[in-house]
Amino acid sequence: MNTPRFLPAGDAALMVEFGRIIDPAINAAVGALMDSLAAQPIPGMAEAVPAYASLLITFDPVRISAGALRRRIARRLRALRATPQDGVAQVSVLRVPVCYGGEYGPDLAFVAGHTGLSPVEVVARHTAPRYRIYMLGFLPGFPYLGGLDAALETPRLQTPRTQIPAGAVGIGGKQTGIYPLASPGGWQLIGRTPLRPYDPRQAQSILYKPGDCVRFEAVSPAAYAAIAARVAEGDYVPAWQREVL
Amino acid sequence: MGMTILAPGPLTTVQDLGRTGWLAAGFCPSGAMDIPAARLANALAGNPPQAAVLEMTFSGLSARFTADCRFALTGADMGFTLSGAPVTAYTALAARAGDELRGGAASTGCRTYLAVSGGVDVPPVMGSRATHIKCGIGGFLGRALRAGDVLSFGVPQTPVPAPGTHLQAPPPPGGCLRVRVTLGPQWRAFDKRARAAFLSAVYTVSPQSDRMGMRLEGPVMPSIRGTDIVSDAIPIGAIQVPASGQPIILLADRQTVGGYAKPWVVIGPDIPLLAQARPGDALRFALVSPRQAARAARRGARALDQAIALVFLRA
Repeated sequence: MNTPRFLPAGDAALMVEFGRIIDPAINAAVGALMDSLAAQPIPGMAEAVPAYASLLITFDPVRISAGALRRRIARRLRALRATPQDGVAQVSVLRVPVCYGGEYGPDLAFVAGHTGLSPVEVVARHTAPRYRIYMLGFLPGFPYLGGLDAALETPRLQTPRTQIPAGAVGIGGKQTGIYPLASPGGWQLIGRTPLRPYDPRQAQSILYKPGDCVRFEAVSPAAYAAIAARVAEGDYVPAWQREVL
Repeated sequence: MGMTILAPGPLTTVQDLGRTGWLAAGFCPSGAMDIPAARLANALAGNPPQAAVLEMTFSGLSARFTADCRFALTGADMGFTLSGAPVTAYTALAARAGDELRGGAASTGCRTYLAVSGGVDVPPVMGSRATHIKCGIGGFLGRALRAGDVLSFGVPQTPVPAPGTHLQAPPPPGGCLRVRVTLGPQWRAFDKRARAAFLSAVYTVSPQSDRMGMRLEGPVMPSIRGTDIVSDAIPIGAIQVPASGQPIILLADRQTVGGYAKPWVVIGPDIPLLAQARPGDALRFALVSPRQAARAARRGARALDQAIALVFLRA
């Protein structure tokens, strides 16, 4: 991987660019700097915002100069490079139950028709991969997932829906994702999860973070209802597991 | 303690200093567009800086106080009256229970802040009372105010500045606004000529501007080879240039990440100028160095702290 580059981003932010492509290793380097800054913030910095291949670091120009911040971050990057990875790299994976088709996924039939696959095969291919969360954005908690089976690519709706329910799982072009809260949108909806990716009752509000992975798991309408009831009660424990990267 | 909204005006929301710390999770900060004006209103009402205020857009609300209350108005001049008598902006004011506060159209500027002693009492969501309208989060039920809404106020902090305490209002911007920018991450996507043309052009504020972004009408900014990038994070004030070449300045309710080139970023001290610019206003951009920008930020912070300190001397 190339040496990260510093880019200007206004008078109160710096951008560290690790590359210009969508790649898990580059995204992992973004996450490593993010984690390091979260564990040991630099005085005067405000927030760090990860994206596919870059990290934006905002700061208070009254408290620290862009030049001083840049030197501190460069030192941090050198330290990270010098730290050997011990053991096998692992990743946190969230199992996301999804009820596919029917009223839960009104566009499953269209996706099947477009891709020439049966609905069952669409679901099989959608639940097969482990998807990496490259970043969150567009809506609060909306995960930009990498790893969609190319056979499932389906263009967005001609006319976006004015209201998509929270938890809807959709395909838009080469991407798949979860709508964390009700919003307008143009993706093809193939299912819905009873999980609440955005839950202001929880201390963390957003269920996952960039760098985590998700696996979709098909569930029946009865299982969907049971999980939804437990989520509403606040006693559903999300199913996380550690896997080898 | 509180007020009943009789008529909300075109867009009135509860705001504070913003929901900071959540950009990585995809939450824009929201918060007052003109932070210094909101902070001065709070100071005049005897509130801490983070108290929730009402932000009005283009035109003022009409509301009835349900109890005696101290308050202040800052930002754009909307010709407010209290039970028929004109009131002065940038001044600590007192209302009696039953008094009606009525605003009209802004004569200059775009946004006015109403701070009430004790602050607007709505439950904080993720550490902030700011309204995020698009997502229905925070503020008063996650939405703009409507006629009939009843707002509660918090317990006033003592001491509250004496009624009549007055601050010099910032001079209303006249003529073509000068907005300072520094370089953004994709400045190299535009050649020298395109950059120079942008800096010498006069743009006008499009009517399609809101808290998310200010669209600019004027010369397009052609790029060398497209403006699509691998999506990255968007700082406040970033000037985004989509394929059309028509620049958009991204503000408090912006998307946190996006896929268009950002050749410039408006400096923090000039964001309040944008907050008060109206559709049709003319503006031009001036490139400054990071050092000049930092100096402007320090000067602005000092002036604001000093004004607030003087207000509390009268408390």
